[in-house]
Amino acid sequence: MKKRKFGLALSLVLAAGTLLGACGNSENDDKDSSNGKDKKDNFTVSMVTDIGGIDDKSFNQSAWEGLQAFGKDNGLEKGKDGYNYIQSKSDSEYTTNLNTLVKENYNIIYAIGYALAESVDEVATQRPNSQFAIVDSVVKQDNVASIVFKEQQGSFLVGVIAGLQTKSNKVGFIGGVDSELIKKFEVGFKAGVLSVNPDAKITAQYAGSFGDAAKGQQMANNMYSSGIDIIYQAAGGTGNGVFTSAKELKKKDPKKDIWVIGVDRDQKEEGALKVDGKDYNVTLTSMVKRVDVAVQDLAKKTKEGNFPGGETIEYGLEENGIMISESQENVSEESLKAVNEYIEKIKSGEQKTPGTEKELKELGFK
Amino acid sequence: MSKYFYKLTSPLFAVILGLLAGAIIMLVSGYNPVEGYGAMLAGIAGDSYYTGETLRTIIPYILAGLAVAFAFRTGLFNIGVEGQLIVGWLAAVWVGVAFDLPKIIHLPLAILAGAVAGSLWAFIPGFLKAKFRVHEVIVSIMLNYTALYVTNYLIQNVISDNQDKTERIAETASLRSPFFESLTDFSRLHWGIFIAIICVFIMWFILEKTKTGFELKAVGFNQQASEYSGMSVNKNIILSMVISGAFAGLAGAMEGLGTFGYAAIKGGFTGIGFDGIAVALLGANSAIGVVLAAFLFGGLKAGAINMPLQTGIPSEIVDIVIALIIFFVASSYFIRWIVQRFKKGAK
Repeated sequence: MKKRKFGLALSLVLAAGTLLGACGNSENDDKDSSNGKDKKDNFTVSMVTDIGGIDDKSFNQSAWEGLQAFGKDNGLEKGKDGYNYIQSKSDSEYTTNLNTLVKENYNIIYAIGYALAESVDEVATQRPNSQFAIVDSVVKQDNVASIVFKEQQGSFLVGVIAGLQTKSNKVGFIGGVDSELIKKFEVGFKAGVLSVNPDAKITAQYAGSFGDAAKGQQMANNMYSSGIDIIYQAAGGTGNGVFTSAKELKKKDPKKDIWVIGVDRDQKEEGALKVDGKDYNVTLTSMVKRVDVAVQDLAKKTKEGNFPGGETIEYGLEENGIMISESQENVSEESLKAVNEYIEKIKSGEQKTPGTEKELKELGFK
Repeated sequence: MSKYFYKLTSPLFAVILGLLAGAIIMLVSGYNPVEGYGAMLAGIAGDSYYTGETLRTIIPYILAGLAVAFAFRTGLFNIGVEGQLIVGWLAAVWVGVAFDLPKIIHLPLAILAGAVAGSLWAFIPGFLKAKFRVHEVIVSIMLNYTALYVTNYLIQNVISDNQDKTERIAETASLRSPFFESLTDFSRLHWGIFIAIICVFIMWFILEKTKTGFELKAVGFNQQASEYSGMSVNKNIILSMVISGAFAGLAGAMEGLGTFGYAAIKGGFTGIGFDGIAVALLGANSAIGVVLAAFLFGGLKAGAINMPLQTGIPSEIVDIVIALIIFFVASSYFIRWIVQRFKKGAK
């Protein structure tokens, strides 16, 4: 009797497990590549994500898209002889994952996100023969290339849009972790909003994580219910919760003005919803940071033998590394005009964009 | 004789069942389980670096397992190991950052700070249980969250100037070992492995060889009887939680002083404290059992990292496989418990 129950439980677990397991099986699995351990003739690239993972709809995903595009252009396949990635499940895995890729002899190893800076610094010292690149942070080592972005420029531009299009005069900012990097988003955004709308009230909050969508949703709910109508999120995976919150509110009342400003990629898809057969989109615009372009550029350079080790490569408006998204159907004519003016002003240096609280104050914004 | 045999076979049986179930899932999802487990083994022992990392993963598991097991032996369920670990981590790093002392004082002081912080955090549920009979599970779960957010606040606003992590600890407080690094190709294996082994011995010694240990166990078996024979149940409850918390705090100190060298803001729990519960259960709450179980857990966790890269098995499937093994391990305890109940009932 007991045994039979146990058997039943066993088979139930197995059934559940296989069902769940089958869900994750859309990837094409080429098993032949796993046997080719002997030699590498190809130029191989790989990356370590931070805890957001490659489907964070944000910069990890963008970096992976960059690698995929590079692989396609160069006839590489996903796997050990082409391009590959490892996802980090916790911050204790960063160093291990970097070392694992070193052992696989990839020609260049990308570390995606400033959270990996410390690990890259350490591993790069220990493995002087490997080439690394870090996105969003600077690591001063001869075998590390650092890629950084002027996020404050793009944040300023979406700030201008938010400042002009808010009806309640209240806008919000939700950041992942309160850090130097995300501060650039926050203060750039503030400066943009206040440049065109000095009376606007800006609320900035941090979730404390880049991977907590539930928290993001809760924070967004609170903001929207306090009268804020536009939220700019720079929170990676946490930001997905902001979209969920906005879409739920929009579903309840499609006439209500509820907007999200996306980050890193064009997040138009994340904001799309259907109410009573009509299409809506809560994504106002997105601050696009072309991690994919930067990743591809660097891979190309390295392949040609020009690995910029020890250098810091900065991408901004001028380099087309920062921009607002191409989908602009929710942006008003007036805002677009203002944005274009500001782009020129920023490029010419007439308009300064602050990257820290201190600079924000120095520019006379409160 | 048969008791020991049973103690050993049922966890083993659970592990084998878990691995088998995992293999079936890999097979059904179109992956080769032999290759999968092969990659896992390679990730555990295929290279001196991986061996080092696996051993490194095991250190906090041993200590967290000891913490849970120790409390279990006194009839307490310390589910707050996670929180005590986080507090211990921060305290150890704080001492490591704030002071400038010779290594022979600094390092022991930092380790001690971790242990003391952990025990203080565990003292709260112990005290509330002893004085007011508040269930320790509820209090310690709440304290896990308190620990998480309080340490996040302290890191950001008190120890650092609005940064997301503390500075690196001073060299004199570090458990890092250049010797192990050269031995294991720069893995992060550190001296903490000896501290963990010493703690295993301490737990065994306290429980099996001292009067205090006897009292603690007696309280675990039967509170009324212990009280009647003149033992202070309340004192023993608090003592048990405090010692358990010290082990948990040490686990945190190992992470802070050895693996990371700093304390960072955490978006969520580390999971080590909760895995410690499974480690203790699998190890049948004995000191040696905990070591063996920690080896299994550490091996699974460290080896799993290698699976997606080597074989293309998505990491989600790897997670399911690990979860299944834990599931069977946990149910082995459950099965044993039921069997024992039935035996008692039959008498």
